[in-house]
Amino acid sequence: MLDWFRLQPDEVAALQLSLKVAATAVIVSLPFGIAAAYALARGRFWGRSALNTLVHLPLVLPPVVTGYLLLLTFGRRGPVGAFLYDWFGFTFSFRWTGAALAAGVMAFPLLVRAIRLSIEAVDRRLEAAAGTLGASPLVVFFTVTLPLSLPGILAGAVLAFAKAIGEFGATITFVSNIPGETQTLPSAIYTFTQVPGGDAGAMRLVLIAVAVSVFALLLSEYFARRLDRKLDLQ
Amino acid sequence: MIEIALYQRLGEFTLDASFESDAQVTALSGSSGAGKTTILNSIAGLIRSERGKIVVSGRVLVDTEKGVYVPRHKRRIGYVFQDARLFPHLSVERNLKYGRWLSGSTAPLEPVVELLGIGHLLKRSPRLLSGGEAQRVAIGRALLADPALLLLDEPLSALDQPRREEILPFLEALPKKTGVPILYVSHARDEIARLAGKIVWLENGRVVGEDVTGK
Repeated sequence: MLDWFRLQPDEVAALQLSLKVAATAVIVSLPFGIAAAYALARGRFWGRSALNTLVHLPLVLPPVVTGYLLLLTFGRRGPVGAFLYDWFGFTFSFRWTGAALAAGVMAFPLLVRAIRLSIEAVDRRLEAAAGTLGASPLVVFFTVTLPLSLPGILAGAVLAFAKAIGEFGATITFVSNIPGETQTLPSAIYTFTQVPGGDAGAMRLVLIAVAVSVFALLLSEYFARRLDRKLDLQ
Repeated sequence: MIEIALYQRLGEFTLDASFESDAQVTALSGSSGAGKTTILNSIAGLIRSERGKIVVSGRVLVDTEKGVYVPRHKRRIGYVFQDARLFPHLSVERNLKYGRWLSGSTAPLEPVVELLGIGHLLKRSPRLLSGGEAQRVAIGRALLADPALLLLDEPLSALDQPRREEILPFLEALPKKTGVPILYVSHARDEIARLAGKIVWLENGRVVGEDVTGK
């Protein structure tokens, strides 16, 4: 009976790959996410609503469209992909890095939303006070705005991580479904459902996916609550 | 020491005020809506006036005619807000050190801490302070940033009478012990009488009178 629960090597590989892909996606996109969230929360510039639309696009586009657009842009023959390959010998195509890019793009709207809300909730009067104490706008950002919105940033990062783990459509369109390289958890589940006798493997991975997602949601909620408490007492 | 001339329209309200003062403590007084806080915010660089000139201890901070505008973080204007505005994510001690760190000053904490009687609060979070304690910490934080002028915006208005009596002696001792000139906004006559060397009366955005108390 217990044998049923034992993961097969390729299932372990899919899980490990998913964790690596999701962690990379979140860590690399975090600075961009914070910058975009700050620009949207505080910026008064031309093109702000265009930026807002661009950030949220992956949320509403069919994932297969996002994946295809990534392929056109970052594929070996795409403008950015060709540049990266010619100059740095770096490629996203059919590599786990491409899966991370797809996951990062798909999770970006969630990341930016959470961070933006927490930045908007920071009391601007505290930032003004920091300014009178000699803090330049950059110092104000790093010593007041960022620490006060930290729980929201963590909540957004955890949520984005969960989303990145579950990303399927854009990933499989962009980098296909290669075991050990781009076969993430959802891709592996999909593969299992396509072959006879794959039910047990699919079910094991489904349980893992559910567990990871529930845990991430709870953790994200926890950080969001801490943010509320922090802001109440400001 | 300070020379202020400001003109600004804010909807229905027009601020058109100018005054000078050499006093150690200058009080700005008048009913609410007279433009007192607007003047303080302009001096601190939190709002930008349409026309005007602000000179503090010989240093021109704003001169719209000559296109001079020093950004707030380079003005060295200490500002104690009505609502203290301590940083909730830093301890009292780190709040105190915040402006000192940025100014590059090496002044020790102890004299200020002793003057304001906040030694026992250093390790605490600002969330756990009473209104009077928070206000004293805010004064200390502004002082340690080595300001050329200290702005106090009704620092006692949020406090009840016993608390006010607790802080007033500290405020009285400030100018003598620190040498930093103070611009003090209040509409409480007793406070003004105890603290100010010069009083500027404001009404509807205009200066309607000045008194020198000779302090």
